[in-house]
Amino acid sequence: MSAVAESPRPSQLAPMRRRSVVGRKAVDLVVKVLSWIGALFGIAVMGFVLYEVIIRGLKAWNVAFFTQPTPLDPMSTSGGMANAILGTIIITAGAAAIAIPIGFMAGVYLAEFGRNGRVATSIRMVSNVVMGVPSIIVGVFAFAILVKPLQHYSGFAGSVALAFLMLPVMARTTEDILNLVPNELRESGLAMGAPRWRVTLRVVCKAARGGLITGATLAVVRVAGETAPLLFTALSSFYWITGLFGPGGYFGGPVANITKAMYDMANSPYPHMQALAWGGALFIMVFILGLNILVRLLFQRGKEW
Amino acid sequence: MSTVDIDIPPQAGAPRGSMKAETRGRRLRLGDPIFRGLATASGLFLAVAMVGLGVVLVIDSWPAITGLGTKMLTTVAWSPSTGEYGALAALVGTFLSTLVAMVIAVPLALVIALLLVELVHPKVSRVVGTVIEMLASIPSIVFGMVGIFTIVPFMQDHLVPWVLSTPLGKVPGIAPGPNYAGGGVSIFTAGVVLAFMVLPFITAVSRDVMKMVPQVTKEAGYGLGSTTWEVMRKISLRYANSGIVGAIFIGFGRALGETMAVAFLIGSVFTSLPHSVFDPGTSIASLIALNFSEATDKLQISALIELGLILFILTILFQVAAQAWLRRVQRVTGGRA
Repeated sequence: MSAVAESPRPSQLAPMRRRSVVGRKAVDLVVKVLSWIGALFGIAVMGFVLYEVIIRGLKAWNVAFFTQPTPLDPMSTSGGMANAILGTIIITAGAAAIAIPIGFMAGVYLAEFGRNGRVATSIRMVSNVVMGVPSIIVGVFAFAILVKPLQHYSGFAGSVALAFLMLPVMARTTEDILNLVPNELRESGLAMGAPRWRVTLRVVCKAARGGLITGATLAVVRVAGETAPLLFTALSSFYWITGLFGPGGYFGGPVANITKAMYDMANSPYPHMQALAWGGALFIMVFILGLNILVRLLFQRGKEW
Repeated sequence: MSTVDIDIPPQAGAPRGSMKAETRGRRLRLGDPIFRGLATASGLFLAVAMVGLGVVLVIDSWPAITGLGTKMLTTVAWSPSTGEYGALAALVGTFLSTLVAMVIAVPLALVIALLLVELVHPKVSRVVGTVIEMLASIPSIVFGMVGIFTIVPFMQDHLVPWVLSTPLGKVPGIAPGPNYAGGGVSIFTAGVVLAFMVLPFITAVSRDVMKMVPQVTKEAGYGLGSTTWEVMRKISLRYANSGIVGAIFIGFGRALGETMAVAFLIGSVFTSLPHSVFDPGTSIASLIALNFSEATDKLQISALIELGLILFILTILFQVAAQAWLRRVQRVTGGRA
């Protein structure tokens, strides 16, 4: 059988290779063992990263970590990450507020109106491509359209950068989930005399509710741990966010965030700063993996992602 | 998509009869164009925004494109004081670290995908697959931190000295160059960490294309007395061949643009070319990340944005190639990708 698969031309069939059954089974076993080692190695790396982050991060978790802002003095042994945690929540929420409605409607367009038309196909292709664009480029883009013209960094610019990363993900997952809803449901809704928008929102989206929530959550999770888009948009700050406007506000100036703070602190030679960075890493991992597992458990009914 | 396009005019089923229903129907008829308009606008917004990204990058990097010309791609320099910028070292570092990552990640991803598709019970496969996919959700910066605090010391104290003590250590490309810094912070270390960051993506796509292999074909192989490995190598892998190439493209595109982990680990030496994978170097993304916030010189900012544009074009080329390739595979094999 081996010769047949390797060389389809009959003329080459003559020198049929003969190998012992034992030899073939041995090779088979070696490959199976290698596959297992590979898979276990992948899982071990995952476990190792988790272990490192948990062990080192837990040491930094105390009351001050969750209540004090990041210390100005790199040699201090007090201070926490509270202002950065709040900042990350605000920046991510801002991104979600921009990207979820637009991404959802774009997904509705692709699934319900655009379908296989030329416009929808191009939108689909563009968003597929952009999903693979490195996040730092999106940061550069947000810098170019918001930071450079306005002459100041802002939390809002960070949100815009993150929203940009979320948009295509949100649109494509919404589309995929809406496509899973059987057409009969749409037809019966329309047959009852309901207008199209009502059928879409009240029937189709209601049927796909779990998947839509999962999709939106995973889109948020995807950007929550991003650093590169915030490096030169939200920048970092040692202070609490002061409001919406003004130099300490969301629209007016740099906003502290966990990932940029982690980046600065991990590069610092002082142990307390490094400890705070690990605390931040643990916080972000708990948030990301927690939400990830939670939505999978809650809403995943046999559907594979 | 298997569903059939239905486009029933919304008026078709409007309730007839009472005045009340009729006025209601008329009011609601406005809802549809508005809803459809909003959805279409959002869809177009998405496309326009993405194209806008490219346009903005070109506009903002124009001073560097015209001012520096091809020197950007062919020289090694990064000096705001003399206004000389050349990103050759970053280009070389990017490709070298990506190459190291792919050499490690591709075989590993393939054996894992084989395991998931052919060897284990679907339930086990789902659990193992989920854990590996979870690797993808670990933020880049966390990989960078684990890398700098544990993998860099390991490389420096154990692996790199050992490799250099073997005959392999004399081979050009491995033998340390003038910038050698102990091998801990190096292109190789960055590549190793990158490998685990792209592993889930390559595994997921490979698994999906291997699933497209028709069961009947595999059963025919088993029926002829083949072992599992023979079926994999001569049927599954051959069938999924081109799909796996697409998976590799996707992984390559991802690895090219990874920023934070690489910025931590690659050593940020951007004024000379690396002589070996164990030398420190820089990558396009980490060069941008490390220099952008300090850049005050207009030409430097423009040059950094041009680097962003180069990276954008590179990743788009890889994405488009991968997408087109995978679509072709899907058409040829008639399965789902």
